[in-house]
Amino acid sequence: MAEVIFTANLQRHVSIPATHVDGHTVREVLNKVFERNTLLRGYVLDEQMALRKHMGIIVDGVVLADRVTLSDKVEPDSRIFVLQALSGG
Amino acid sequence: MDHELLVSTRKGLFTLGSRGSWDISQADFLGDNVTLALHDPRSGYRYAALDHGHFGVKLHRKKPGEGWSEIATPAFPQKPDDVSDTDGWGKVIPWTVMRVWALEAGGPDQPGLLWCGTIPGALFRSDDHGDTWNWVKSLWDHPSRKRWMGGGADYPGIHSICIDPRDSRTVRLGVSCGGVWRTRDLGETWNLTATGMRADFLPPEQQGDPEIQDAHFLVQCEGDPERLWVQHHNGIFRSDNCGLQWHELQDVKPSSFGFAVAVHPLEPDTAWFVPGIKDEKRYPVAGGLVVTRTRDGGNSFDVLTNGLPQLHAYDVVYRHALSIDSTGDSLAFGSTTGGLWVTEDQGDHWHEITHTLPPIYAVHFS
Repeated sequence: MAEVIFTANLQRHVSIPATHVDGHTVREVLNKVFERNTLLRGYVLDEQMALRKHMGIIVDGVVLADRVTLSDKVEPDSRIFVLQALSGG
Repeated sequence: MDHELLVSTRKGLFTLGSRGSWDISQADFLGDNVTLALHDPRSGYRYAALDHGHFGVKLHRKKPGEGWSEIATPAFPQKPDDVSDTDGWGKVIPWTVMRVWALEAGGPDQPGLLWCGTIPGALFRSDDHGDTWNWVKSLWDHPSRKRWMGGGADYPGIHSICIDPRDSRTVRLGVSCGGVWRTRDLGETWNLTATGMRADFLPPEQQGDPEIQDAHFLVQCEGDPERLWVQHHNGIFRSDNCGLQWHELQDVKPSSFGFAVAVHPLEPDTAWFVPGIKDEKRYPVAGGLVVTRTRDGGNSFDVLTNGLPQLHAYDVVYRHALSIDSTGDSLAFGSTTGGLWVTEDQGDHWHEITHTLPPIYAVHFS
């Protein structure tokens, strides 16, 4: 199962420990995390289910390529970091 | 003094006045960007709009005797793939709420009803104290909406919501840049009511176009609802017939440029403004912070300075940062440089409460 790690700055708003979930794409993985924590989705994605403008995701050291549909592939042993992008200041 | 003052700032929400003075009695959301707050007199509930930047816009609610808790945020529906949506400049409008720019309680006969205006320029309605929100599609689908333009923001937005005290189903909106809009049927249908406004920064043939007027803020007199006031990008405008026709007030000194306006709840001819140099500079004329007040419908203005800094003051007062209480005697305003002033005699004397707050976005009497 892929490991998903959220920026510590999110913890002040939503309690979300590192978690392990199955999924073939970033979308599938995140959807499973959001099933456990519905409030979290609005902090990471916008209404169109795209990654928020000033958020970033890194999968196994590679920056997410598809910020709209989150179709980047995930391996069973992947590590996914959900971070604040420096573009947001 | 029997009320409180909610001060929304870049670094938190501050409550003043609950101990019989204007001292700060409570600080909430410290470190967070609080863009707007509302006290709902019908329920006693309070609402705070936060902009977390990276994490987006959120709404919080506080019931009497309880703490703050996050509630639903107004949200656009999924944008259909075949829809092309652009503003008056041709820029693509994202279907995502970037700012809660107006938040108002419905009428006394509408318990639980809230209105919310946003950037981009959408209107949302809640019928359950903010537990859920409904997108007002009728306004979004109005053909004129696509002619709206961003003013100081990247995209157009709804910043003012006035509930008609004679009929709660009648609601008026101020839009920057999109004029003044009215519904008489709780948002089913909409009419533009900005005739007479003028935008002198546009080509001559377009200056009077009602659809693109940059109304900075709209207020309605509670005791005489026919009277509306607008602080407009181009100056001060008054309507004596609920917006069917607007009249521009010329040669207001020291300036007619500004963002905020307040009207006396019972005296329609009495209104206050906080002027600045237009429009690319936006600071008080000659560095002296003043409030202007008319008592005769705009025929003349008092320039109020008592208690306000007159040397090297560069305070800008945003559109939601001037508030008047229900008596019409007390007003408060806050500035971009963290200054907060209160008057209890309609502006004849101002008292500096503090000048060390974070930048102030909104001030609201409970």
